[in-house]
Amino acid sequence: MIAEIGHFAVLLAFAIALVQSVIPLIGAQKNWSGWMRLGDSAALSQFVLVAISFGALTYSFVVSDFSLQLVAGNSHSAKPMLYKITGVWGNHEGSMLLWILILVFYGALVALFGRNLPAALKARVLAVQSMISTAFLAFLIFTSNPFTRLANPPLDGNDLNPLLQDPGLAFHPPFLYLGYVGLSMSFSFAVAALIEGRVDAAWARWVRPWTLLAWITLSIGIGLGSWWAYYELGWGGWWFWDPVENASFMPWLIAAALLHSAVVVEKRDALKAWTILLAILAFSFSLIGTFIVRSGVITSVHAFANDPERGVFILAILTIAIGGALTLFAARAGQMRTNAVFSVFSRESGLILNNLLLVVATAVVFFGTIWPLIAELTSGRKLSVGAPFFETAFTPFMVVLCLALPIGAILPWKRAVIATSFKHLRGALALSVALGVLVWSLQTGGRMLAPFGLALAAWLVLGAILDLLLRARYTAGTPSETLRRLRKLPRSDWGKAVAHAGLGFLVFGIAAITAWEQEDIRTVGIGDRFALGQYEFVFNGVEKTNGPNYSAQTARVTAYRNGAKIGEMFPEKRFYPVQNMPTTEAAIHSNLFRDVYISLGEDRDGQVWAMHTYIKPFIAWIWIGTIVMALGGCLSLTDRRYRIASAARPKRAITPQPAQ
Amino acid sequence: MMLRTLIFILCIVATPVFAVLPDEVLDDPILETRARALSKELRCLVCRNENIDSSNAGIARDLRLLVRERLVAGDSDTETLDFIVDRYGEYVLLKPRFTARNAILYLAGPMTLLIGVGFCVFYIRRRTPAVKNSDRLTHAEVKRLSELLDD
Repeated sequence: MIAEIGHFAVLLAFAIALVQSVIPLIGAQKNWSGWMRLGDSAALSQFVLVAISFGALTYSFVVSDFSLQLVAGNSHSAKPMLYKITGVWGNHEGSMLLWILILVFYGALVALFGRNLPAALKARVLAVQSMISTAFLAFLIFTSNPFTRLANPPLDGNDLNPLLQDPGLAFHPPFLYLGYVGLSMSFSFAVAALIEGRVDAAWARWVRPWTLLAWITLSIGIGLGSWWAYYELGWGGWWFWDPVENASFMPWLIAAALLHSAVVVEKRDALKAWTILLAILAFSFSLIGTFIVRSGVITSVHAFANDPERGVFILAILTIAIGGALTLFAARAGQMRTNAVFSVFSRESGLILNNLLLVVATAVVFFGTIWPLIAELTSGRKLSVGAPFFETAFTPFMVVLCLALPIGAILPWKRAVIATSFKHLRGALALSVALGVLVWSLQTGGRMLAPFGLALAAWLVLGAILDLLLRARYTAGTPSETLRRLRKLPRSDWGKAVAHAGLGFLVFGIAAITAWEQEDIRTVGIGDRFALGQYEFVFNGVEKTNGPNYSAQTARVTAYRNGAKIGEMFPEKRFYPVQNMPTTEAAIHSNLFRDVYISLGEDRDGQVWAMHTYIKPFIAWIWIGTIVMALGGCLSLTDRRYRIASAARPKRAITPQPAQ
Repeated sequence: MMLRTLIFILCIVATPVFAVLPDEVLDDPILETRARALSKELRCLVCRNENIDSSNAGIARDLRLLVRERLVAGDSDTETLDFIVDRYGEYVLLKPRFTARNAILYLAGPMTLLIGVGFCVFYIRRRTPAVKNSDRLTHAEVKRLSELLDD
């Protein structure tokens, strides 16, 4: 019964979504306020209905209602409660429902908090947003119904894939979807602006917080996914250049570009058409990502045949959304003229360079991801594009971006004097190069990666500090005055510097782990001692343990650094009987300077075990960097200006009521 | 999306073995380093976008052993890769070779950059406030202006 309520609720939501896609749009065109206002209540009811539906599905998982096909296929009565709940989105249908829930959640947010948006813009945004939810609700209802009943319910379920039985599943997909789907807001605002034919600084100020929110959550989602793979997959990789990862990385890159170009629209009223195009592109990449993940077409060309219906359906949504938006763009972009002038050396040009490099990097990722498909379709060749390709083809553009970033960040708007800007940067440049030389002279191997990577990271972090100091006019007045001015800087200035420093931390982590990782592979017996770098390990044997729905072999390894004990580590091998699947649970001893990472392999006659040990220097900084970047985004998001901007335009927000 | 990655990476694994096994490791550390580097360029044929160095599949182990066999036999890195590509096809390489047929893949980035730079230069130059001759006042205009100002 509960499941039927859930099913009915999505059907009802679909009907409302259809209405909301049309009525507010007509209302905005004809300036009928009642029709426009319908968008608000429709958006709220869509959210309530999808939430009910999601609640019903969650309930079915919690009580293990195996008469539902989805629950029977993906859950088990012995599974811990946390994984019963997170298991709701650990499968295609449930995750699609979560996707839609977040989509309509954003719609409801606009309805609730968009009170100061001009009525027509708001109505159009809600209508466009609803077109997207119509399409995806149809996709859910007609191809991926989560509420299908079984005529003969099994006694127990098939359980969830053991790799997904991890707290990572609780946070990673929701954050990722908040980001992915959040870009639909930028898309809706862009399409609404195209319909209205007006893009101004106010529009940019409205669209920026939404893009920022999407970018922040996408950063967190990607970071969480990377961390999860790091500790779960058993060999400590943190990025795989897998098509599915690329699918989330491309919208992130474009969203980053969009954030920067929206600044130019807001401050200088330039780059308007380009910003609209980026907003469309960002969500297009989200849709392409959804297509890549759900159809299986790229990961394995044959998977398309397994589920042609779903793939074709998303392809249709993709084509209509992207095609429609781009057609509208082609028709209207010409109207967006600007009178802004700026010189070649200016903040504007710096931001254009940022956009250029991010878009080119996205193009590299995009072509790399779809190349196997193109090659097979055009010439029947089967080939692979993996990490070694991306490392070669993608990295140079990012390096140039990082080199240019601190320069672009301190250039003034309109026109910069090169000599002045360079004078400010001299110190940061000298310090970074000095650090690089120091690292080069200290390290034993001849690789240039570490010295260069560390110098680049320092350049970014010092550049961010310098940016703040310049904003606080540190050259004028005493240090205490500078400090006072620093404290008074708008949050968006802090956000910018913090996010840029976060990128520096990320670069530092990547360079350090790539250059300095140490690894040891061996078989160990009880009581064996072995050394790796400054560390020494004693293997104390393996014990059999039992979890709620798995059995495990847990090893105990004592780790020492320069003779001093740093702790006991418990790498584990689990076996999940329902899915008949083994997993490895690495033991990780983590701090800011290094991770010690041990994973346990197979045993031979219960006497010796294979063991993989890694020392991963500074790897935590990869995730620290990501979090700091997201934190920078949050600081910008709380900037007073965006709150004022949303409240300071009451005059234009009131639409004249038509005489009736 | 990582959850799908996770599902796929391990669900194809038939036999639970353990990436590079201790008995595979070569005694010569230099050869072993080369073998590890080559292993990262080669794809596990039954996995989803995973290299043989980190794959648990049986066929990945076979390939790892084959790489080491060739290196011990005295092959260079290129010869080893050629040997394996001859047997398993281009599919096994994670980084496609830079050939005419793969040109688009490798040139996508640089070409986009070139086109983009072209657009940017065009755009920025149009936005640049150049002091053109037409903007300067002509002799007659200067004269007229001073007359007006004198009035």
